[in-house]
Amino acid sequence: MRIPPRHTQKVAVALLGGATLLTLVVLFFIIFYVLKRGLPVVTGEFLLSDQEDMGRAGGIFPALVGTFILPLLAIAIALPLGVGTTVYLAEYTRENRMTRIIRFGIDCLAGIPSIIFGLFGFVFFTIMLQMGWSLLSGGLTLAIMVLPTIIRTSEEAIKAVPVSYREVSFSLGASRWETVWKVVLPNALPGIVTGVVLSIGRAIGETAAVIFTAGQAMQIPTSLFDSTRTMSVHFYILAREGISMKNAFGTAAVLVLLVLFVNIVAYWLMNRFIAKRS
Amino acid sequence: MAEDRAIIEARNLSVFYGQDCALDSMNMAIARNVICGIIGPAGAGKTSFLRTLNRLNDLNAECRIEGSVLLSGENIYRPGYDVIRLRRAVGMLFALPVALPMSIYDNVAYGPGLVGGICRTEMDELVENSLKAAFLWDEVKDRLAMSGLRLSGGQQQRLCLARTLAMRPEVVLLDEPCSGLDPISTARIEEALTLLKSRYTIVLVTNNTKQAARIADYTAFFLMGEMVEYGVTSEVFTMPRDKRTSDYVTGRFG
Repeated sequence: MRIPPRHTQKVAVALLGGATLLTLVVLFFIIFYVLKRGLPVVTGEFLLSDQEDMGRAGGIFPALVGTFILPLLAIAIALPLGVGTTVYLAEYTRENRMTRIIRFGIDCLAGIPSIIFGLFGFVFFTIMLQMGWSLLSGGLTLAIMVLPTIIRTSEEAIKAVPVSYREVSFSLGASRWETVWKVVLPNALPGIVTGVVLSIGRAIGETAAVIFTAGQAMQIPTSLFDSTRTMSVHFYILAREGISMKNAFGTAAVLVLLVLFVNIVAYWLMNRFIAKRS
Repeated sequence: MAEDRAIIEARNLSVFYGQDCALDSMNMAIARNVICGIIGPAGAGKTSFLRTLNRLNDLNAECRIEGSVLLSGENIYRPGYDVIRLRRAVGMLFALPVALPMSIYDNVAYGPGLVGGICRTEMDELVENSLKAAFLWDEVKDRLAMSGLRLSGGQQQRLCLARTLAMRPEVVLLDEPCSGLDPISTARIEEALTLLKSRYTIVLVTNNTKQAARIADYTAFFLMGEMVEYGVTSEVFTMPRDKRTSDYVTGRFG
């Protein structure tokens, strides 16, 4: 028996709409739940004071600082490496066996669980290179972890820049590098920013790789070789050790708001940039 | 045509894309300060020829060139020839207007800015003069900081012309520059070109035979990778030597 199209159409709309709705409901439920339990704890004092008694009392200021510095450090390392790799692959090499192998490697890197990165970072940076549990070990490890995201997103962005722009630039006597710098990268910037935002999100939320490499010292780091604790790690320790669920949720609420804030600022900047050029 | 007046000379020039031959062993000399029109149906090798003249074909990995192209007597395919210098001397206008996503001013200043050593006032002057030469100045003089993308198609193509002229090239290549434009915009471009030939050599590929008849001093007819006929425009159109040329210009095919 054939079902008339208007019926299948209705079913399709209902199913697709339902899927969208479910996604949104889950998302809002999580955010709502975390904020409801966490926000009452979040005060100026909670944000700006040191923890006391392992985190049972006091605030999260050192973790807040660590959460700002560590992902920034990771991005500062991964961005030039990642965009450099992408530009090399997309603009300076022709598609061949070698570039396919490199791409395959990058994709594999993206699929590795973060705890493996943590273990690698611990063995390589922390122990072998004697960096100890430090911002530097953590930053380098997180940088490797977010590299595939940055490379993949910036590659999409660079490929989306019309070939005609490049031809115009070359026809006006630009070298390949000048073309990359003045035409390709500015036009790929919004896409690259998307990759950076995704990466910051991943780095902020990372726990396993961070504990192994940056350690968990609840202190404000004064050098690259100091250990630090991010809010994700703080949350993990508070909850896992049963120290204080109240403060754990407070930390989680700050974390959620921070990620939201990063996204909003990044897209605002991006839209301003696009509006200025078109 | 007198060979010594030639600024561009193609000798036994062939262009291949992979196995396909787009242009087969052609010879052609283009004199200084003329408009040389190139007509012919799609796939005749017109654009391939044009792109050999500023070596834009280099960007295509599939493309292979044989023979030589002389610019003012020097083979531009000689190993070690400075391609960047070549492209500064041989400007190009593409079929579709491609304004770069930057301000009108920056579009025009892009090429000269790459050369460097130009101070702000000189640049202002260069941008103004280039826009005037492309008949665009009056329309945009009050909004040079506006994005080039917000101009109309016809204005964008004149912006592209200004951008090319700002390089002060010796030769300007035009690849069907009016194919996307309305008749009024086309007329403006043609007007600009006729005035420009006193200072530049213009090679104009066009699908529009009438356009060649209107403004070209010399016309070449390309067909399936072969240069069938080349001569003074009026002769090519009124008494072509080859039957295929007369068929094409009278509109019997193409």
